[in-house]
Amino acid sequence: MSDHEYTPKSKAGKWFNDRLPLLTLANHLTDYPTPKNLNYWWTFGGILTFCLITQIVTGLVLAMHYIAHADMAFESVEHIMRDVNYGWLIRYIHANGASMFFLAVYIHIFRSLFYGSYKSPREIIWIIGIIIYLLMMAAAFMGYVLPWGQMSFWGATVITNLFSAIPFVGEGVVTWLWGGYSVDNPTLTRFFTLHYLIPFLILGLVVLHIWALHVPGNNNPVGIDVKKPSKDTVPFHPYIVIKDGFALLMFMIVFAFFVFYAPNILGHADNYIEANPLVTPAHIVPEWYLLPFYAILRSVPDKLLGVVAMLSAILILAVLPWLDTSKIRSAVFRPLYKQFYWILVADVLILGYVGAMPAEGLYLLIARVATAYYFLHFLVILPVLGLKERTIPLPLSITEPVLGGSPNMAMAKKNESKIE
Amino acid sequence: MSDKKPERRDFLFTATYAVGAVGAAAVVWPLVDQMNPDASVKALASTEVDVSSLKPGNTITVLWRGKPVFIRRRTQEEIDVARSVKMEDLIHPEKDEDRAKNPEWLVMLGVCTHLGCVPLNDKGDYDGWFCPCHGSHYDTSGRIRKGPAPWNMEVPKYEFVNANTIKIG
Repeated sequence: MSDHEYTPKSKAGKWFNDRLPLLTLANHLTDYPTPKNLNYWWTFGGILTFCLITQIVTGLVLAMHYIAHADMAFESVEHIMRDVNYGWLIRYIHANGASMFFLAVYIHIFRSLFYGSYKSPREIIWIIGIIIYLLMMAAAFMGYVLPWGQMSFWGATVITNLFSAIPFVGEGVVTWLWGGYSVDNPTLTRFFTLHYLIPFLILGLVVLHIWALHVPGNNNPVGIDVKKPSKDTVPFHPYIVIKDGFALLMFMIVFAFFVFYAPNILGHADNYIEANPLVTPAHIVPEWYLLPFYAILRSVPDKLLGVVAMLSAILILAVLPWLDTSKIRSAVFRPLYKQFYWILVADVLILGYVGAMPAEGLYLLIARVATAYYFLHFLVILPVLGLKERTIPLPLSITEPVLGGSPNMAMAKKNESKIE
Repeated sequence: MSDKKPERRDFLFTATYAVGAVGAAAVVWPLVDQMNPDASVKALASTEVDVSSLKPGNTITVLWRGKPVFIRRRTQEEIDVARSVKMEDLIHPEKDEDRAKNPEWLVMLGVCTHLGCVPLNDKGDYDGWFCPCHGSHYDTSGRIRKGPAPWNMEVPKYEFVNANTIKIG
């Protein structure tokens, strides 16, 4: 695993390490050579780890007070908010933590899209990431059901009904998911169980994600391979640890703003009304982080095709490494891709916006155009662009753009070749 | 492999895998089936509703198996509109005569066949029901006319126990 042999200094350390090489692992993680040009967009991996741990810790504590029963769930959440010591704080961290988690994961994903981090040899890292993202959506959805408010209930009804679009067996699958003929107590208890399970599955996949990352090493803003260890790299500790730590602090300021000053701004008032199976709220919307996919679902007038389009929009990401035919990773050297990248960002933001609006008139038209463009980007633009685009020449090393044009350039190159 | 004659060992491997697969499936099935509706859920199969207070043009919503059921006492005008629709204009062609045996009474699951929301009464382009979630319009017979829902709202099994009571299920 490590790039060089490691022997613990102490005798006890050596004795232990010979039997279980945990110290070798720790040494690998601290010495891990990291490209020295990583910018702040690379700090979101660490931020996401923080988010996951925050959700697990606060969730564990909430589960000590929450009651997963259709008659008591709503009241037990109010009990947490009013009676449990610091219950309000823990629940607000958990609820807003979900939003912060998605905020960070979207930045992380779009970082990867910009700098081509999903390309060879990092496809497996990317695919594991997509699986983590899918599990995150499942966990967030089931977690949102647990307070058993109106949005919980109807969100659960709509999302589980997506499965009824499956030909022939759809109705049977939905009944099986519900454990009854509608969303009810059996549904709540199983959602609670799965909501508790999924974060630990994610944790396991995060370990694989990082393991797969440590085989080729980090991509970087220039997107070319670095020789490691070399002048191009710095050890993970202390350089990246400090940088990640600083970014995390900035992120926590945003997090704390939501928790302390606007804890309900990302939620829906309807969820403070207890679930009522007889009345659907006038306007049901999923949480903000699912809105683009919701817009895609609604933009297709056919039930089955709508569900297929929504799922495809996510799954298409898994085959992205093969849809993008360009060998150049970083958008910095792809002048056309860079423009299409920002159009895609705008397209996803527009989808998110219309997903929150009623599905009629102009909003519906915009949603349809934006949905079509989303698929066009991945299925047509990316494959063609990779073959047609005239890219900017890549630098020889990640040191060159920094020292390029200066007298130090020659020296830098000389040093590079010395290390080789 | 292919040109080698199968030996006793090959037979043993195949037999072991086959028994193992059957055994695994037999163990998995109870784990899967426990999620299906249990006996207590199935026991709530029917509901009786007193409809004597309904005037023409009124709808009540009752809960049956956790789902809302609409019981509407239709006006003559609504019946006439529902019965005059041509079959070729329908997305899911069903005669109103088949949906409401007694034309005055329309009994159906108040569940949109798109994604399961409860449609709103007396709304929509066809003056029947309108689903606020994704914009499906139903007519005065509860048939889908416009929007993403694929089918008409489902008519459950029901009967008049006497003039004032409907038994659903």
